[in-house]
Amino acid sequence: MRKVLQYGLQVFYYSLFMLVVWYFSIKPPYQQLEADQAVVTLSFTHATQIAEPCRKKTQEELMKLAPNMRLAMDCKRERSPMNLELYLDDKQLTKVVLQPSGLHKDQGVNMFQSIKVKAGKHNLRLFMNDDVKVEGPTYKFEQSVTITPEQLLLIDFDAGSGGFFLK
Amino acid sequence: MMNPLKYAYLAVEGWFNVAFGSEWNPLYNMGRLAFFFFWIVLISGLYLFIFFDTSLSGAYASVEAITYEQKYFGGVMRSLHRYASDAAVITIILHMFREFALGRYNGVRWFSWLTGVPTLWFVITLGITGYWLVWDELGLYVAMLSSQLIDALPLIPGSMARNFVGTQVSDRFFTLMAFLHLLGQPLLLVFALWIHVKRLSFVKVNPPRGLAVGSLLAMLALSLAAPAVSHGPANSSQVTAVLNLDWFYLNVYPLMDYFSAGETWVITLGITFFLMVLPWLPPRKEGPAAEVHLDHCNGCEQCADDCPFDAITVQARTDGAKFENEVKVNPDLCASCGICVGSCPSSNPFRSKNDLLVTGIDMPNNPINDIRDEVDSAIARLKGNNKIIVMGCENALDFSSLEAPNMHVVSLFCIGMMPATLVEYALAHGADGVFISGCRTGDCFFRYGNVWMDERFDGERQPILRKRADRSRIKVFRAAETDSKELYKEIAEFENYIQSLSESNSSEQSEVVDA
Repeated sequence: MRKVLQYGLQVFYYSLFMLVVWYFSIKPPYQQLEADQAVVTLSFTHATQIAEPCRKKTQEELMKLAPNMRLAMDCKRERSPMNLELYLDDKQLTKVVLQPSGLHKDQGVNMFQSIKVKAGKHNLRLFMNDDVKVEGPTYKFEQSVTITPEQLLLIDFDAGSGGFFLK
Repeated sequence: MMNPLKYAYLAVEGWFNVAFGSEWNPLYNMGRLAFFFFWIVLISGLYLFIFFDTSLSGAYASVEAITYEQKYFGGVMRSLHRYASDAAVITIILHMFREFALGRYNGVRWFSWLTGVPTLWFVITLGITGYWLVWDELGLYVAMLSSQLIDALPLIPGSMARNFVGTQVSDRFFTLMAFLHLLGQPLLLVFALWIHVKRLSFVKVNPPRGLAVGSLLAMLALSLAAPAVSHGPANSSQVTAVLNLDWFYLNVYPLMDYFSAGETWVITLGITFFLMVLPWLPPRKEGPAAEVHLDHCNGCEQCADDCPFDAITVQARTDGAKFENEVKVNPDLCASCGICVGSCPSSNPFRSKNDLLVTGIDMPNNPINDIRDEVDSAIARLKGNNKIIVMGCENALDFSSLEAPNMHVVSLFCIGMMPATLVEYALAHGADGVFISGCRTGDCFFRYGNVWMDERFDGERQPILRKRADRSRIKVFRAAETDSKELYKEIAEFENYIQSLSESNSSEQSEVVDA
């Protein structure tokens, strides 16, 4: 009788263990978006403008240098920070100031941000300034978009192709 | 005042003892079960690898083919792979919880605890890359968020997360993930596990056979009842609204809905750091380490063989004595359990009866000479014809309430500290019975005290309890702090039994006198 009870309890404990393993391996379901939501993702790398213009060295400065180091121009490596604003209709979704990467801030700016939005028809506007020497935006973008539920709308950027574009 | 966490855990262990017995009790074998589940994961993983396509375009289709085209083998193997991985996480977490609840994580055990915490992370990251490889909607979600976490670290230039939106990941990158999951991470995990048990001796990594069979059958039954399936194929222009997350492995990612990647790192690393420093919050106060008395040590090495914490090493003799070897204690590894005292043949209390008893290796805060004196004075003081000496492990439960005119408790650091000959000594010098109580069977606080004591009593391990010791007057009972009722019951029965033995002996003696 004791053996039967033991085996019965063992079956109970194994079943409990199986239930816990099964349940938490898939449940509770995780809802990362509401049924009427989508995601706008800003994802790009951009080399912003050099923060200071090149300057011609004076004769005096050049003479102080070793003959093999006498470059005529003094060009700093540091690039400008990037200011970015994203609006959906009249709502500001994000406003960021990103520093260039690299120890000397001479590498590109890496932008990656995902924002949940309501699906539907929207007016998308972007303003970017990538040059500290310029007041106001250096790139603008505006487009009417229809975003479907669960869609990932990617906002990319390529300075060579004129700026922002959607995917 | 007993720690409520410890009390609750011991109570649950007691229930499991009813069902499984002490040998198969899964709560005593959590670490070993984690190893066992790892073997299941490894074997099922090797099978899956045969059919898995490590290219980005072929991965999802190959997993689907394994799941549905060979449902009763490949499908089961896939399910076993997943469920055994999940079971491994549960057993590791319970293993950690148990060591914490029972106070077995600090003191000299700090090393195993400290190295065990990151091992859990190695297991979890191994699972994460596993989900990545399926390359379904969940795999894409894992890839995206893992990349954002990596991007938050100042490790790589550029953005890794960018690879998973709008564009297709390169096959080469995907193959790198497959390599990591199939070889790199498992090797790292095995190395971490080796480090984890490095400071222990007599490490057992396989669970008892019955428990292993039961666990395997449970995983098989679950695999057949609820086969593991994928989400839809990965689509980098879509975000799946509802995901069936594996909460054992992917629990960090939902945090990123509320915190930035950097903050998520701070939270997870903060929790990890807190767990790692637990052994010093506050540090455990260990007793002094065992001391070797070379003039009483013949270098037999028994203490080095018995030490559960690998704290005793054997080296060439340094004192010019005729023996080849001597032993040396590493105080940093010594748990002050005193098991070595019970191992030393020189701890025999019949030696130097009228002199100071000095043994080859002794505990400075409870030397064997004091223990023998305590037994002597107790026997002289006890009254009645059922004088009982209780040898109790102080880590099992508090025996002080058993003190009575006919009973004295000798408190030991571990029941393995008791030389088997001390029992014989007590009986030979006037005790009517000896009641011995260590931790629950299979659950010795110092790992092997119970086992060594049993083997010494059974004559399988030196120094043995000699045959001349009257076994009928010796009672061995195993208990934890939640077992006081059983202890009182057992001790009362033993008292009555000893009383009856004494009475029958005295009546036999009087019959002899009458005759």
